[in-house]
Amino acid sequence: MKEKEYRMATAARGALLFMQGIPGVPLGDRVVVRDHRGRKRNGQVILTSDETVLVQVFEGTDDLDLERTWVRFLEEPFTLPLSPDMLGRVFNGVGQPKDGRPPIISALKRNVNGAPVNPSARSYPREFIQTGISTIDGLNSLVRGQKLPIFSGSGLPHNRLAAQIVRQAKLLGEAANFVVVFAAMGVSHTDARFFEEDFESSGVLGNVVMFINLADDPPMERLILPRTALTAAEYLAFDLDRHVLAVVTDMTHYAEALREVATAKGDVPARKGYPGYLYSDLAEIYERAGRIHDRHGSITMVPVLSMPSDDITHPIPDLTGYITEGQIVLSRELHNQGAYPPVTVPPSLSRLMKDGIGKDDTREDHPRVASQLYASYARALEARNLASIIGAEELSERDRLYLAFADAFEKRFVTQGEQEDRSIVETLDLAWELLSLLPPETLGRVTEADLKKYHNWEVVSAERANWYGRTSEDSADEEHPADPQAAGRVS
Amino acid sequence: MGNIVQINGPIVTVRLQGVHNGEQVRVGRLGLVGEVISLDGNQAQVQVYESTESLSPGESAQALGHPLSVELGPGLLGQIFDGVQRPLKAIRLQSGDQIARGLELPALDREQVWQFEPASALDIGTHVGGGTIIGTVQETETVVHRILVPPAQSGELLEHAPAGDYTVDQVIARIRNSIGHVHKLKLFHRWPVRRPRPYRARDHAAVPLMTGQRILDTFFPLLKGGTGAVPGPFGAGKTIVQQQIARWANADIVLYVGCGERGNELVEVLESFPKLTDPHSGRSLMERTLLVANTSNMPVVAREASIYVGVTIAEYYRDQGYDVVMVADSTSRWAEALREVAGRLGQMPVEEGYPAYLASRLSAFYERAGSVQTLAGNRGSVSLIGAVSPPGGDFSEPVTSHTKEMVRTFWALTKELADARHYPAVGWNDSFSGYVETAAKWWAEHVDPAWAQRRAEALALLAEADELARIVNLVGPEALSPAQRWVLEGAGLLKEAVLQQSALDKVDSYASPRKQFILLDLALKIYHEGKDILELEVPVDHIAQLPLLAKMRRIKSVYSSDQTEELRKLDQEIHETFDRIRIEYAGVKEQTA
Ligand SMILES: Nc1ncnc2c1ncn2[C@@H]1O[C@H](COP(=O)(O)OP(=O)(O)OP(=O)(O)O)[C@@H](O)[C@H]1O
Ligand SMILES: [Mg+2]
Repeated sequence: MKEKEYRMATAARGALLFMQGIPGVPLGDRVVVRDHRGRKRNGQVILTSDETVLVQVFEGTDDLDLERTWVRFLEEPFTLPLSPDMLGRVFNGVGQPKDGRPPIISALKRNVNGAPVNPSARSYPREFIQTGISTIDGLNSLVRGQKLPIFSGSGLPHNRLAAQIVRQAKLLGEAANFVVVFAAMGVSHTDARFFEEDFESSGVLGNVVMFINLADDPPMERLILPRTALTAAEYLAFDLDRHVLAVVTDMTHYAEALREVATAKGDVPARKGYPGYLYSDLAEIYERAGRIHDRHGSITMVPVLSMPSDDITHPIPDLTGYITEGQIVLSRELHNQGAYPPVTVPPSLSRLMKDGIGKDDTREDHPRVASQLYASYARALEARNLASIIGAEELSERDRLYLAFADAFEKRFVTQGEQEDRSIVETLDLAWELLSLLPPETLGRVTEADLKKYHNWEVVSAERANWYGRTSEDSADEEHPADPQAAGRVS
Repeated sequence: MGNIVQINGPIVTVRLQGVHNGEQVRVGRLGLVGEVISLDGNQAQVQVYESTESLSPGESAQALGHPLSVELGPGLLGQIFDGVQRPLKAIRLQSGDQIARGLELPALDREQVWQFEPASALDIGTHVGGGTIIGTVQETETVVHRILVPPAQSGELLEHAPAGDYTVDQVIARIRNSIGHVHKLKLFHRWPVRRPRPYRARDHAAVPLMTGQRILDTFFPLLKGGTGAVPGPFGAGKTIVQQQIARWANADIVLYVGCGERGNELVEVLESFPKLTDPHSGRSLMERTLLVANTSNMPVVAREASIYVGVTIAEYYRDQGYDVVMVADSTSRWAEALREVAGRLGQMPVEEGYPAYLASRLSAFYERAGSVQTLAGNRGSVSLIGAVSPPGGDFSEPVTSHTKEMVRTFWALTKELADARHYPAVGWNDSFSGYVETAAKWWAEHVDPAWAQRRAEALALLAEADELARIVNLVGPEALSPAQRWVLEGAGLLKEAVLQQSALDKVDSYASPRKQFILLDLALKIYHEGKDILELEVPVDHIAQLPLLAKMRRIKSVYSSDQTEELRKLDQEIHETFDRIRIEYAGVKEQTA
């Protein structure tokens, strides 16, 4: 069968080719379709029965002449040849060279679909990665093996942010750094060039493998591209012991391709025309990030997606957020105010932060400072909202402090230079500078010891000083350990 | 023997004579297993638990003669199983980091030896019914595993093994049933997962399930044998709530079912539980815990099965007379698996693609919770707690709205609270518990008679503050009287000092019922005292800025559950502080008068 070409296509619809009367075709097999001009297209069997075989053609079925279309079943699933030579190369979605150089030859080939990682083989990610970006390091820390997407919108600087992360990401006190797997789907030529030049100028190009499907390349190829790219990532991480940073952009283009095929197949839609299995399908991709016991390498994944109409409840960001370990959300409002990176803090989250920060990893106060900044900023946004209704002059004295805090937070903490690489200590010190704009009694998430050590509240009105003078002295001589861990030991 | 006709994702159509609905079928060269979900003439549709890639039409299909069943016996605790009860640690030894297909491994280790202690009261010749305890095995340091006569069997005891070491495969008793058949009993038996295990009678759940989480236990309590749901948008804290319950609940056995969620969350349980001690038994938490894991990237059909595998194991420990808690994260993913299969079968979708039987399947699942009198006459319970993941955080979607109608406790997580890092982000407006009255009796008896009243007072304060906050947002704070502004401050104090509870804080992660009550009582005391001195025209800001309040906000993480006397000392400080202000302001008033 491998050598045989069939000419039994009965129908073609979108990316789907229907074949009749070919027995025993295995599901998932790779197919080569030759059209009347002798050009080859790649396909995959997505449904198979006694009677009908359904082939998904990555290059689409446009201008196929059914009478003069030949199909060859390769009797093997989609595989990717793997070798260390992949570094520095550029491929398309099915792993063919896109840089004019010869294909990778290797005896080692793997099915691009991978197989699910056994949960008991995973090891919990907990090593802090410093990206040099305060909103990430300070408030939504990334750890090695995490999948942390950037939720963006069209026209927002997600590519610049992703490139900055690639440039700056490092482990504290470690020299060896990341190799990058860059998977791009439906990106413009300009964006692709931007990344290439950025990798080149920062000298990492030799440590990057690129899988690129441009905006004018066949859209269906996007369905297989992230799988191909992650197969390479798994090889680099778990065979070659490298720490891989996988940047996958733009997942929205991926999901749109999936919807297109689902619709053509007549699958029951769940929300906004996307099939019910979008969640599981995305999970197959995202869950390939991680760490594995007894393996030295890791896959840290930073997927980028643009939220259609900036709507975070749209199925693509929504289902992504349900799978990934947090999200960094960009805001158009901050962007329009000129803030870079326009990370909007309240909806951003890193779920794996808790085990990668603190005393032994970053600094002892880090978890509490992060929590406090979140709480204070949430409160400050309420004050700002109130000010927009009743006017800033009408605000209470406390609320005016919050207003000033919100502004400073956005201008100094959130905003930073595209080349600015802040150390985690710089980020935390900056956080305390900002928290010092607020009176200590509003800072319930930090300990009294933290306040003593880092907080610098001097703006004390005479009246308040008077009031405090009495009460705080009274309580000062009572024993109440402010450090919860110390208290734990007492018990 | 039959053969494969069609393969459509996880649904395989086979030509196979005489199979039953629900029967297990093995297909193809790889020997993948699935179950029949519909029959049509001599064709059957089989949902397969593993990826069907590379399967082709014409390959063989073989009926296995039984429905999906689980093995029930010693050796379950501390394990991690996949959605059809395959032991993941053993699979790893066999197939490496990734799960290979077509592996057949028994759930229970066949090599492990258990020390069996026969039930001394059972003489040869006595009649033993289904569910009778014929002996025990020390399964872990804390849990005695009671070996039961399988529920469907009964008869005259012919042979009873003496105390000694046995593997699960060895015979430990023989019984002759009413028609003269002799059955061998082993340390384990099998039970079909889609059939609830029988019990003698249901009784009324009367004891709260204590989770150590204030917003749950004090505000929206659950009972042992009750049902609860944790709905919320992504990142709101459903998993943490369930992990906290799995950690701290005063249950004998905990089942953690990771159904279509992240692999790392299960690893976290696997890595952290052995190191944590159960506050009730003082032993490692892993000794009472077992995991069923079908992560989001594992095959979707096995995900559908995982919930039933979990609840059947839960019922089995219930039948031994234990209080069992099962948390399922997330029931939405289970419902989606159902939807996917229904879609592939071409069944008519009714709402958002879900089949018409979604509601009945959900309610049949939650019906398996309950506090019962077991066949052996003991008390046991299964509490079921399901996370719900509504698309876009919209609670009106089908899974959330049906679940809401079925469960008695509803812990609604809100995005606003989560965004402000108010954890647990359980909202007090949309959450409810149908068990408050029963719980109140327990609290009154075991902790404090004033519990119900304090709880009601706190909820009223929160509601009033929410109302006032709306007014402020319309017309500004100036419109509020000092008393109203103090309501806002009081509610703020309540939120920070009582409701917020960080799972990451070593001291506050767990709060005993007494600690919960004291914190609530202290916060309300401050509120009342403050309200009182407002009469003396003390400015609200002055009260709000008292160091006493800052101390109250932090005290939960200063003193642990076994330092309640220390907590109570704040009472004294409250009195002193407010008395001092009273004296001072009474003086001021006199001077100005
Ligand atoms: N009680 C808590 N204490 C401290 N942090 C919490 C608490 N609850 C939630 N969090 C924080 O919120 C994050 C998200 O919580 P969690 O993973 O439970 O969300 P979820 O609702 O299960 O989301 P998803 O639906 O995507 O699985 C956690 O990683 C943690 O940082
Ligand atoms: Mg979760």
